[in-house]
Amino acid sequence: MIVATLWHTLIAPWEQGIDRRALLEVLLLGVTGGTLGCWIIFYNLSYSTESLAHALLPGLVLAALVGAPLILGGAAGLAVAALAIAAAARTPVIGRDTAVAVVVTALLGLGALLALSPDTPAGLGELLFGDVLGVSDLDLLLAGLLAVAVVLALGLLHGRLLLVGFDRLNAPALGVRPTTVDVALLLLVAAALLVAVQGLGNLLVVAVLVGPAACARAVTQRMFPMMIVAASVAILAGCGGLYLSYYARTAAGASIAAVIVATYAVALTVQAARRSTRRTLAPAPAAAA
Amino acid sequence: MSTAATTASPVSPLLSTDGLAAGYGGGPTVLRDVTFAALPGQRIAILGPNGGGKTTLFRTLLGELRPAAGTLQRPPRIGVVPQTERSRLDFPVSALDVALMGTLSTLPWWRRPGRADRERARRALADVGLADRADRTFGDLSGGQRQRVLVARALVQDAPVLLLDEPYVGLDAPSIELLDGLLARLATDGRALLIATHDVDQARDWERVLAVNRRQVAFGPPAEVLTRETLEATYGAELVDVADDRCVIPPHHHGHDHA
Repeated sequence: MIVATLWHTLIAPWEQGIDRRALLEVLLLGVTGGTLGCWIIFYNLSYSTESLAHALLPGLVLAALVGAPLILGGAAGLAVAALAIAAAARTPVIGRDTAVAVVVTALLGLGALLALSPDTPAGLGELLFGDVLGVSDLDLLLAGLLAVAVVLALGLLHGRLLLVGFDRLNAPALGVRPTTVDVALLLLVAAALLVAVQGLGNLLVVAVLVGPAACARAVTQRMFPMMIVAASVAILAGCGGLYLSYYARTAAGASIAAVIVATYAVALTVQAARRSTRRTLAPAPAAAA
Repeated sequence: MSTAATTASPVSPLLSTDGLAAGYGGGPTVLRDVTFAALPGQRIAILGPNGGGKTTLFRTLLGELRPAAGTLQRPPRIGVVPQTERSRLDFPVSALDVALMGTLSTLPWWRRPGRADRERARRALADVGLADRADRTFGDLSGGQRQRVLVARALVQDAPVLLLDEPYVGLDAPSIELLDGLLARLATDGRALLIATHDVDQARDWERVLAVNRRQVAFGPPAEVLTRETLEATYGAELVDVADDRCVIPPHHHGHDHA
């Protein structure tokens, strides 16, 4: 009886096709977010990723206004944001962080203004918070292609990403140009944002790109296992979020983000406990040979 | 200590410069008149004050800066061993990962290091006495071990010339001894080592000394170069102390320069 109830509780959310599609989207974005997210946090790109996600809002709104595919609007929004940030960063006295903040605030505000104007069709909520339960076949196809492309690219670039992140100054002497690696990573981040924002929304996409990797960093010490753990966390948190959304009748995207944050809190607790244990068990310092 | 190839011989230099000058981005030259040759088996101390041009010389030898004047003959590959604190110690890499980075200069961008490359990296770690530390996180190793991992990375590059940027900074006595023996062995194997240092006493044991202070002050065997006059011309009279009839540079001037 208990087993049957438990089984029903587990499978009930996936009985409708719409929920199974959401699950597939979450699985695919979990692979992308988990693996790419590890490089985002180690290249200190978390703030840039969040900024770019917010800055592409006007492009999404304009695409919704004219009935164009959101991904095209998002791509145009990203291009404008990148150019604006580059131009603002060149302004004397303004630092790069300030330039990014000014441009992102301006673009997010512009996007909100456009979205709230009387002529704009309803749907700002979907653009901001996503609609993972309403993903189309095209969204799933793009998420699948993105997951494959990201895993392949990260596999090819692994050694070079490690080198530039670890020893940027001397990478050229080892035959690797840091700028090339930076651009490749940023292109992957931009592609991930464009695809993931369809399902998770403008404000919550960063949760999947940064949160699982932050969890994994707290409990692992090597990049490859970290990527595996991060992808697993992203997938499990995605599933957990969909369960939460189904049973608590909360918004799916926000539920996924909430589960990721809760998982991060657990990971930090595990990390603190391990450090405490290590300090207790640590022998006297050895000679520094 | 190795003394191979310290005298004039028909051996071709692995690296040589003649009247070399260098600067940044078309600006004024920050180092000029550098003329020296590095033969197989030589350890060459690069002495100079902070801002005296040691880093500029290294970057020019590595091909990162174009010579503003003079000529430079260099092998296709030069290994570089930076100071360990220049690396990110929080980065999730093992000693083997770091040694493997030395293979990237010979691999096309679409190829990942293969089994043979990993074997080469493990051998290099064994060469520097760290075979049993291959899977340890780089940031968890001691300063001396980290320095030897970076030497292993340069060995994997299979470069005949190694540039070492103040490799003894922050090391304790046992680590210095280990590294000293390792560098002597690498020289004996036929490599040329250029070692930026402030340690005049250590430079006395090596085969050549190149003293620079925005220009070449002197180049030659330690006995000829490490005189009070040359060191004063290199570091300035007030920076040269005399201890036990030997000139030394006070420790508080042992910083790192970027010029």
